[in-house]
Amino acid sequence: MATKEFTLDDLKRILREGAGADESVDLDGDILDTDFEELGYESLALLETGGRIEREFGITLDDDVLTDARTPRALIAAVNALLGAGAAA
Amino acid sequence: MSTTAVVTGLGVVSPNGLGIKDFWAATKSGKSGIGRITRFDPSPYPARLAGEIPGFVAEDHLPNRLLPQTDRMTQLALVAADWALADAGVTPAELPEFDMGVVTASHSGGFEFGQGELKKLWSLGSQHVSAYQSFAWFYAVNSGQISIRNGMKGPSGVVVSDQAGGLDAIAQARRQIRKGTALIVSGGVEAPVCPWGWVAQLAGNRLSTSDEPARAYLPFDAEACGHVPGEGGAILVLEAAEAARRRGAKVYGEIAGYGATIDPRPGSGGEPGLRRALETALADAGVRPGEVDVVFADAAAIPELDRAEADAINAVFGPGGVPVTAPKTMTGRLYSGAAPLDLASAFLAMADGLIPPTVNTEPSPEYGLDLVTAQPRPAEIRTALVLARGQGGFNSALVVRAAD
Repeated sequence: MATKEFTLDDLKRILREGAGADESVDLDGDILDTDFEELGYESLALLETGGRIEREFGITLDDDVLTDARTPRALIAAVNALLGAGAAA
Repeated sequence: MSTTAVVTGLGVVSPNGLGIKDFWAATKSGKSGIGRITRFDPSPYPARLAGEIPGFVAEDHLPNRLLPQTDRMTQLALVAADWALADAGVTPAELPEFDMGVVTASHSGGFEFGQGELKKLWSLGSQHVSAYQSFAWFYAVNSGQISIRNGMKGPSGVVVSDQAGGLDAIAQARRQIRKGTALIVSGGVEAPVCPWGWVAQLAGNRLSTSDEPARAYLPFDAEACGHVPGEGGAILVLEAAEAARRRGAKVYGEIAGYGATIDPRPGSGGEPGLRRALETALADAGVRPGEVDVVFADAAAIPELDRAEADAINAVFGPGGVPVTAPKTMTGRLYSGAAPLDLASAFLAMADGLIPPTVNTEPSPEYGLDLVTAQPRPAEIRTALVLARGQGGFNSALVVRAAD
């Protein structure tokens, strides 16, 4: 089975679909290390985003993944760690 | 002496006009917004007409982040609140956040949003239900979203008492102003024109099943056959009179008196509570019946309810003793949005010296009302009375007085 990868583009697409995008933020800019809160996403927006990632990528995210991952880089890494673990198993 | 609450801003989203200018131009000329439903295919349903708001594009008015988390009713309410605040000349960011609150009324909640999420739940599974369903359907969501958008952290809440709620919310706003909050955003906005909202209303057995927009909603007419529902309503900015005066605000008028009652138990034979609500509101305002220049009727268009309303009005004013109107014949009944929209009409009528008409109705003489029909009636309006009844026995009456 090919290993699926969760990319920044996937995250941006899912954020836009599920929670919209703040007009004052350029999601296409350098956002990897910007805090989600600065990008305009509160906890409920991340919950919705997490649900969509789970659905699309067939994984289960623990609640603390979403609260601990404060930035896109951290969330992408957490999701890919799960995807890698799934592929390895 | 109690603090006086005045209205300084109006925001209107109505089937016959977006914004006070369009709405008032349509309303005084008798232009109706009622037609066949377009938001879903109404052909399988026994009732097929509604007052829909055409040409409202939420994206044009609201930040993108708000769109995935809001029902249409909330999008309309947020825009109406923006317009009301702009009309009042208030910039919320410049005021202390705990000096501003939000009290709206609700009847349906965010049914269209909720229907979509329930559909996902049953067809795709719980994983597919939006996290925003947690609040997007909820009665208090318009108050909450207006509060968040405008940074208003003062006393806030929601009132749910069907059509009467539109007045009950304004009364609650006045209470909060009397307790010391300088500004309250109040009113009601609905959007229950979706299949789920529709079947819920059909169950109430009060909808007109006519397919003719000009014959479907005829309060106080011998041919009355139920009402046409509509979407929309109005948001009002209420302020303590002193605060409004200090900042030199334009004042539409004063919330002068309020009364609310509950009908006696069905079958008990007791008199409906509307007359007492009306008398209580007049007494609260210190207004004699002869000083009331116009009554905006609840206008149920169910013969026994029209009879009860006419009896209450005639008992207080005498038969034909006061001009009565129901501009909601142009919009349909908007539930919690109806009375706030009538209040907006009352203030615009004061400013224009015109009572807006009740369209389509040919008044049955047996009701003994001086109903303003077909044409607007020139009149000096200083004091207006708005009536609203909710299914389940709610009766509310509100007296407003022109600014001096």
